[in-house]
Amino acid sequence: MAKVLVVTSGKGGVGKTTSTAALGAALAQIGQTVVVIDFDVGLRNLDLVMGAERRVVFDLINVTQGVAKLQQALIRDKRLENLWLLPASQTRDKDALTDDGVKRVIAELKTKFDWILCDSPAGIERGATLAMRYADEAIIVTNPEVSSVRDSDRIIGMLDSKTVRAERGERVEKHLLITRYDSARAARGEMLSIDDVLEILATPLLGIVPESQDVLKASNVGSPVTLNNAASAPARAYIDAVRRLMGETVPMTVPVARKSLMNRLLRRRAA
Amino acid sequence: MDASTQTARQPVRMRGRSYVAFVFTPVVPIVTWLADIDATLARSPGFFTGKPVVLDLSSVDLSPTAIAHLLASLDQRNIRVLGVEGVNGDKLTPNMPPLLTGGRPSGLTAAEAENYPQTKTKTRTRTKSASLLLDSPVRSGQSIVFPDGDVTVLGSVGSGAEIVAGGSIHVYGTLRGRAMAGINGNSSARIFCQRIEAELLAIDGYYQTAEQIGEALRNQPAQAWLEGEELRITPLN
Repeated sequence: MAKVLVVTSGKGGVGKTTSTAALGAALAQIGQTVVVIDFDVGLRNLDLVMGAERRVVFDLINVTQGVAKLQQALIRDKRLENLWLLPASQTRDKDALTDDGVKRVIAELKTKFDWILCDSPAGIERGATLAMRYADEAIIVTNPEVSSVRDSDRIIGMLDSKTVRAERGERVEKHLLITRYDSARAARGEMLSIDDVLEILATPLLGIVPESQDVLKASNVGSPVTLNNAASAPARAYIDAVRRLMGETVPMTVPVARKSLMNRLLRRRAA
Repeated sequence: MDASTQTARQPVRMRGRSYVAFVFTPVVPIVTWLADIDATLARSPGFFTGKPVVLDLSSVDLSPTAIAHLLASLDQRNIRVLGVEGVNGDKLTPNMPPLLTGGRPSGLTAAEAENYPQTKTKTRTRTKSASLLLDSPVRSGQSIVFPDGDVTVLGSVGSGAEIVAGGSIHVYGTLRGRAMAGINGNSSARIFCQRIEAELLAIDGYYQTAEQIGEALRNQPAQAWLEGEELRITPLN
């Protein structure tokens, strides 16, 4: 049974695209056939994070408008043969997306894939609403910080009212993914705690991804962090999140600042 | 204690308020008219109890003794007369109800008044819709508008969410958004919440923003109500 999963947040820069690529790759690594769709028409980035920017010929808009066939627009990943990308158009804007077009594309993808991951653009306008419109499940990406949490709350409200499932009186299953969690700053009280975020959003937690240089390194070489360095802390967090998505019970660990003593020693020596 | 001395020093406030009164217009012969009243009372005893009743004597010419007798007859039927109109003030003795002037007709007609006992049961069944129950959190950006009565939320009200109610607002969770109660001029409406972190609280148009809400109240169970023209917020318990 194909599942449509939207990765959304409301706020920009919280890690939607990074998370879509990392989760898509992690799902493909355990044998699922996966397509990741970039809904950020006009500001596409998923192709870069996936390392497929040089191979884009046709895009989502071409397919929704019937200019190209789905098979022509889908790009197969070089590293994983069951991971595919449907890129966005960079020359158009979100008004080029139509409800009917998206509906047709998703229905066709559902016959071919186990997982359809929709990378939502920031905001609550056409791009974001169409990315979530046909979703069965949603991952809400949140940073432990007030503006991101409030925007996520807004998006959860929209998932409960603007999706096809909500309109039919069904539920979109929601998962919270906390990203860019900085354990040192959290310990100093400079960030919202995990408990605060969960209390405000009242949504089950899928995982906590620590702030890490590994994420930036992976993006720069055009590789999902789960493929680039599967042993890194963020990759392990994404892999655990995928196991939870598949229904496994994996204990949740809150990242702690382990290097603090080392850092203090090093800093003292440097000074 | 300080508060009580303060309120004692405040000047007495006079306020106008209008009520709908039943106006009795007796006609001669008075005995027959009283029999009609008795028939109404037989159908629905206690119908006039607690209702303001005004006696309009413009269509009859009664002596002070006859007026006293009529008032006594009504008193026997548990109908207390609030005032008398349509008569020369000389005819009223000091222990009679005062003379009233300036009455205006209201929308309530005799036919409606007679049907009142039956319609009352009907409105009872309709009062179900006088409250709105929400069993999931109200998210940022959502606006719940319910001018007909109370709103109860089982869950939190997010920052940037808004609840507007004709009656009171009850939040069994944290109130982080805006709550506006008693929007149709219901100054007795209140706002209750399990934890107060509200952006704005308003009752009958009088409001307080987050900055005006005392720091000591935050994160506690609290209620807000209107005292005169001042919005008061106090902890619950």
